[in-house]
Amino acid sequence: MLSFFSTRKGIIVAGILIGFFASFLQKMGNPPNMGICVACMERDIAGALGLHRAAVVQYMRPEIIGFVLGAFIAALIFKEFKSRTGSAPIIRFMLGFFAMIGSLVFLGCPWRMLLRLAGGDGNAILGALGLIAGVWIGVLFIKKGFSLGRSQKTYSIVGLIMPVIMISFLLLLLFKPQLPSGALFFSTEGPGSKYASIALSLGIAIIIGFIAQRTRFCTMGSIRDVILIKDFHLISGIIAMLISAFIANLVFNQFKPGFAEQPIAHTNHIWNFGGMLLAGLAFALAGGCPGRQLFMSGEGNGDASIFVLGMIGGAAFSHNFAIASTPKGVDLWGPGAVIIGIIFCLVIGFTMREK
Amino acid sequence: MNEELDLRGLSCPEPIVRTLNKLNQMKTGKLKILVDTGTSRDNVTRIAQKEGWTVNSEESNDECILTVTKE
Repeated sequence: MLSFFSTRKGIIVAGILIGFFASFLQKMGNPPNMGICVACMERDIAGALGLHRAAVVQYMRPEIIGFVLGAFIAALIFKEFKSRTGSAPIIRFMLGFFAMIGSLVFLGCPWRMLLRLAGGDGNAILGALGLIAGVWIGVLFIKKGFSLGRSQKTYSIVGLIMPVIMISFLLLLLFKPQLPSGALFFSTEGPGSKYASIALSLGIAIIIGFIAQRTRFCTMGSIRDVILIKDFHLISGIIAMLISAFIANLVFNQFKPGFAEQPIAHTNHIWNFGGMLLAGLAFALAGGCPGRQLFMSGEGNGDASIFVLGMIGGAAFSHNFAIASTPKGVDLWGPGAVIIGIIFCLVIGFTMREK
Repeated sequence: MNEELDLRGLSCPEPIVRTLNKLNQMKTGKLKILVDTGTSRDNVTRIAQKEGWTVNSEESNDECILTVTKE
């Protein structure tokens, strides 16, 4: 028997809520077209911790904390919390690392790509096409037997690590310790300085984490399922999210169509496409979009947790090594890093196959 | 013919891919599928039902046995 959350109606309701909440968070102070962006917000956390020193993108985002904790609560209530790990952890770390690099060259994960579309940012069309292309390449590997191998059951404490890390981050956010190094870092200008209240962001994120854990909401998975098995279940939720955010943006006067001077975006079509191609491919090989990886980490999935840590590591690298784009365009090493990431994904796609 | 498929420990989308491959190969009959996550249980159930198979599930010790049949 499938619960309501597992039905088509369930995933559509989830999409509508997530789309509305994302647009609402922008209205309440989050950066434009970035009500929820898993990649950007993990990058901001890397900045808050001082793993990179890009002064404009440093904030301990409660949305990421709430996603994990919401999924954790749902998994506990519905008896789906299971500690598991051991499915190619280092490869998952590197997939997370390169997924973040691709996302930061585009300037957004698949969630923000949808929100940018819903806000009228035409550059996100190239991102969407790149994402589809990347997932399509991933599907080709999956059809040929690509596998990261089986995970194993393990001690409960292993699955609790990520929720505990998130509670620690929440304590850092609430008490804002100031150490001689300058940590905790908080932007005073730029996207990192724009945020809704902690209580609102955290509350909404916990609700989203809860719903997404129940519905298995996944942006990458929605495209993959259409290409791989012609299943339109997940994508109906994603389309609902897009439409809901679009309508909410119209209501909140946040819809501004065009390509030029879009918020926190650039107009380099080739690398908007290329960045998301890499991200889509990495997400497809890792079996979930960045949001889904967070929700799975809340369910006790140690492999998804490693992917998340890989993304945070990737964010630090991106800003320290001139890889992340800026509204002015791609940075010095951005295109090269995307090419290296694509080569990495192709190599593991060709070599990690079950006979 | 009764067949078995062990999908424990596999992450998305492998459980669905392997289930579909097996069902397409069997055409009819009875297939016992072992899964160990709610996601795999829901996804495999939805896909098998979409392909016209009847699915019965039985939870036991952190795992779930799905019995998938088609006359």
